[in-house]
Amino acid sequence: MRTIKAETVIDAVAKMCVSANRYLPEDVRKRFEECAAAEDSAAAKEVFRQIKENWELAEKSGLPLCQDTGLAVYIVDVGEDVQVEGMTLREAITEGTRKGYEEGYLRKSSCDPLTRKNTGDNTPAIIHFDIVPGDRIKITFMAKGGGSENMSRVTMLAPAQGWEGIKKYVIERVAEAGPNPCPPTMVGIGVGGTFEYSALLAKKSLMRKVGEPSPDPEIAKLEAELMEDINKLGIGPMGLGGKTTVFDVKIEMRPCHIASLPLAVNIQCHSSRHEEVVL
Amino acid sequence: MAEYSLTTPLTDEDMVQLKAGDVVKLTGTIYTARDAAHKRLTDLLDKGEPLPFDLKGSVVYYVGPSPAPPGRPIGAAGPTTSYRMDTYAPRLHSLGQKASIGKGKRSEEVKQALKDNKAVYFGATGGAGALLSMCIKEAKVIAFDELGPEAIRELTVEDFPLLVINDCHGGELYAVPNRKAAGL
Repeated sequence: MRTIKAETVIDAVAKMCVSANRYLPEDVRKRFEECAAAEDSAAAKEVFRQIKENWELAEKSGLPLCQDTGLAVYIVDVGEDVQVEGMTLREAITEGTRKGYEEGYLRKSSCDPLTRKNTGDNTPAIIHFDIVPGDRIKITFMAKGGGSENMSRVTMLAPAQGWEGIKKYVIERVAEAGPNPCPPTMVGIGVGGTFEYSALLAKKSLMRKVGEPSPDPEIAKLEAELMEDINKLGIGPMGLGGKTTVFDVKIEMRPCHIASLPLAVNIQCHSSRHEEVVL
Repeated sequence: MAEYSLTTPLTDEDMVQLKAGDVVKLTGTIYTARDAAHKRLTDLLDKGEPLPFDLKGSVVYYVGPSPAPPGRPIGAAGPTTSYRMDTYAPRLHSLGQKASIGKGKRSEEVKQALKDNKAVYFGATGGAGALLSMCIKEAKVIAFDELGPEAIRELTVEDFPLLVINDCHGGELYAVPNRKAAGL
């Protein structure tokens, strides 16, 4: 059994919170350069220009990319042969979040759902654990903003609705969201499992890198088809019209009950901040 | 599409010339308020108590900035989604607020309030928090400090880049989704 000190986890998590909020990942930057070049309208080009100037400024100034530095969401793969010493892994990730959000001058956005009182330290973080073979811990961090999260939905379709039903639901959701979630957006789709599991699948799909299709060629084909159709909506960057309404579409699928077709749509704004560390 | 440089407080004359799609560089004093602050402002109005700032000619920025790092007046400060403030906005416009700054669609009630009160809705680029922060020269909390990022701040801005999304003549800039082309 391998042992990792809690301090190691805390420091790695804190560092990730800060750097992911300041540096837009390369995969996202690359895609935006391509999208900007393909746009015809002045407004769409201007939005991409501002997005680029913003990531350059964030890097130079140390300010976060967006004032909404998100709820801290983690997908954690824990090896069966590793243990954390000093505190539980959940406590260590929580402490790392607290430290990173405080020391990095990041906004604390976590509050009581009814009284709306801010918890003051951006905890509790949202942590999803998976037990995997091996003696390592992989922590994927995502700073999930509220504006785009609010435009997300979970629904239960009838099995007969099939792929056509899924497609229609997703496109309608993006159309209804319009300019609200800071387009261009990335759309994460979870199909199958159960009610709650479809939402987790959708969230996990957003952790895949931009431009990296599903390893399943059939699903990859559906992702491409859906992206092309959504972009025909013409909502464009910040809703001002244009070719790029979404810059990527990801689908994660798994078997579901014979009576069900769970579907979750998780929308991610253009400030798609994610980072991972393997300990 | 015209370009204007405007200074706060804004007037009826400033507002009627603006059309959806116009670019505005705004200079002067603006006030931050988002969800919880709007609720508090409305509670004060219900009780007949004075507001922490003068609504007449005012511009309200829907933003919850990140904390100011050393040497800067404010952290990242891009707009938050506006529809959440739609319940409160018509009342504030009827009392003299001339403009709001946010992102995303507004309700029919807000659009009507813009017409009735010669006011506009400005859009700023969502997610461009670092970029917009550079146009903010001073910031101080003037009310509800305990709300943290949701406190009301008085900001001094210089050439803050805005787009007119909804004007006071019923014009709107946002693209209408082409559902037919997308196969719906």
